[in-house]
Amino acid sequence: MTNPASVGAVEELPREKVEHFDRELAGILNRYPPDRKAAAMIPALRLGQEIFGYLSPAVQRLAAQRLGTSPARAEEVATFYVMFHTEPPGRHVVEVCTNVSCCLTGGERVFEHLKKKLELANGQTTRDGRITLREVECLGSCGTAPAMLVDEEMHERLTIQKVDQIVGGLK
Amino acid sequence: MSETLILSKRWGKPDSASLASYRADGGYGALDKAMGADPAAIVDEVKKSNLRGRGGAGFATGLKWTFLPKDVRPRYLTVNADESEPGTFKDRYIIEHDPHMLIEGIALTCYALDIHLAYIYIRGEFARQARILEQAIQEARDAGILGPRLLGKKDFPLDIHVHRGAGAYICGEESALLESLEGKKGYPRLKPPFPAVVGLWGKPTIINNVETIANVPWIVANGGEAFAALGVGKSGGTRLFGVSGHVNRPGVYEKPVHYNLKKLIMEDAGGIVGGRKLKAVIPGGSSAPVLAAHEIDISLEFDAVKAAGSMSGSGGVIVFDESVCLVRALARIAKFYAEESCGQCTPCREGTSWMEGILEKIEHGHATAADVEKLEQVAGNIAGNTICALGDAAAMPVQSFLKKFKPEFLRHVEAHRCPMGESGWGLDQSSREALVGAVRY
Repeated sequence: MTNPASVGAVEELPREKVEHFDRELAGILNRYPPDRKAAAMIPALRLGQEIFGYLSPAVQRLAAQRLGTSPARAEEVATFYVMFHTEPPGRHVVEVCTNVSCCLTGGERVFEHLKKKLELANGQTTRDGRITLREVECLGSCGTAPAMLVDEEMHERLTIQKVDQIVGGLK
Repeated sequence: MSETLILSKRWGKPDSASLASYRADGGYGALDKAMGADPAAIVDEVKKSNLRGRGGAGFATGLKWTFLPKDVRPRYLTVNADESEPGTFKDRYIIEHDPHMLIEGIALTCYALDIHLAYIYIRGEFARQARILEQAIQEARDAGILGPRLLGKKDFPLDIHVHRGAGAYICGEESALLESLEGKKGYPRLKPPFPAVVGLWGKPTIINNVETIANVPWIVANGGEAFAALGVGKSGGTRLFGVSGHVNRPGVYEKPVHYNLKKLIMEDAGGIVGGRKLKAVIPGGSSAPVLAAHEIDISLEFDAVKAAGSMSGSGGVIVFDESVCLVRALARIAKFYAEESCGQCTPCREGTSWMEGILEKIEHGHATAADVEKLEQVAGNIAGNTICALGDAAAMPVQSFLKKFKPEFLRHVEAHRCPMGESGWGLDQSSREALVGAVRY
């Protein structure tokens, strides 16, 4: 039985990873005036997501603690921005743009193809934890549409063949 | 027609993003020239240039700069690289191909306005572009261009940092951008006070778009009047227009600010794909009111597009051919605003989802004529009733599509289905397949 008071405690996190987080965070903090550490919330949470896999309450608390602000602030940011995961995602995140310019060149077809092929609805993860599939808004690739992000890397001028090659190669 | 290229002239050159290549082409020459002059002279040249904000609003840049209160320090510069308006993809090209042009523009702007710390707020999805910027800034630091002495010549400390967002269209709105940069969710602030007076951490802050700032080195090197002469009336210079959708050569085109929209689509972008007919054009990003095919023989200059009932906005031109169902297209646009509404103001939070729902109902043939009227009413109740412009941005497409293409909406109601078929994006399966592979530029 977990004691509710300790849920999300920073002490739950593996020490090595916390040390890694602290080392990297020190570099990030150089970008902001010393009395404005809280400004680093987005980069701190991104770092937390990279190191711990997703933004659990404990990771949010860690970021808040290090930036001298409240856990509520960390949660506010973690839940507002779509690139943050508050639940564990798959090993790879595939995000397909279905906004207008992409759909005019086949973006919807790309997304439908992946849903069928991976047997997933929007936002779901394959049972083996390999891929999370998401529909996303305009990625700024309208002139090279259709486009998708795979683990934050942009792929453009997609064809079904190209999509199969990219997604098929994810381990 | 002038062939002067300011922003894109170095694109495609080998290694164009490197400091060495930028310098070999005369880069940082404008900054060097400015070091010998009064900072106020830069502001004067920018005013004379008739440079207007390239992010969407088209506000006079020089005038914006004069809103800074005289005696409050520190001041900050924030460059808006949040490029998220559907149909817009120009700033990333400046960053990818010529980041030092942007850095020189930032240095000149900071020198002109006595600013010693600048942030580039870049959208989270532009991870690669953020890395390119960080690398270029580091190169500039290592070369002594940035740091304690500007260009190694003047006791003027300056540093630039990249702040990457994490996925939120609203953060392109300047006050939401500041909130996000301060480490919070992107809720727009009430204005006034404007950011030039109360901005980042409560201090005076100038916020300009990437393309706007990238013009500053050319203006300083060649003079404000030369820049103004490239344009027309109160709009100077060239602009990056992004053309996407059903054209043969989608891409970014640098043209004088008052270039003809029809010419851009039919000649530069190679006309409509597959020889089909043009149906409609959104001339300035998805927030801009739609134009029917017969309305596109117009100048793209901000005031001219406004006079034509739309807006030049971010310069993102989206082209729809005759095979597109405009109800489907508008439903997708409405979904975008419903997704991206930050939820702070009730008319926008509730209204955008309501509009999306009604449009889905119309598209799938479940709506009545009364629903179409209701859609118009909801849009009218959002517009003008929100803290920031997202509410208007969501309402304008709906109002304009209904104004210009209402019979198409009513045909859905009468037929109880989409007359264009299953997909609504119009193309039959074979042409869709061809199109997915065919679009190149």
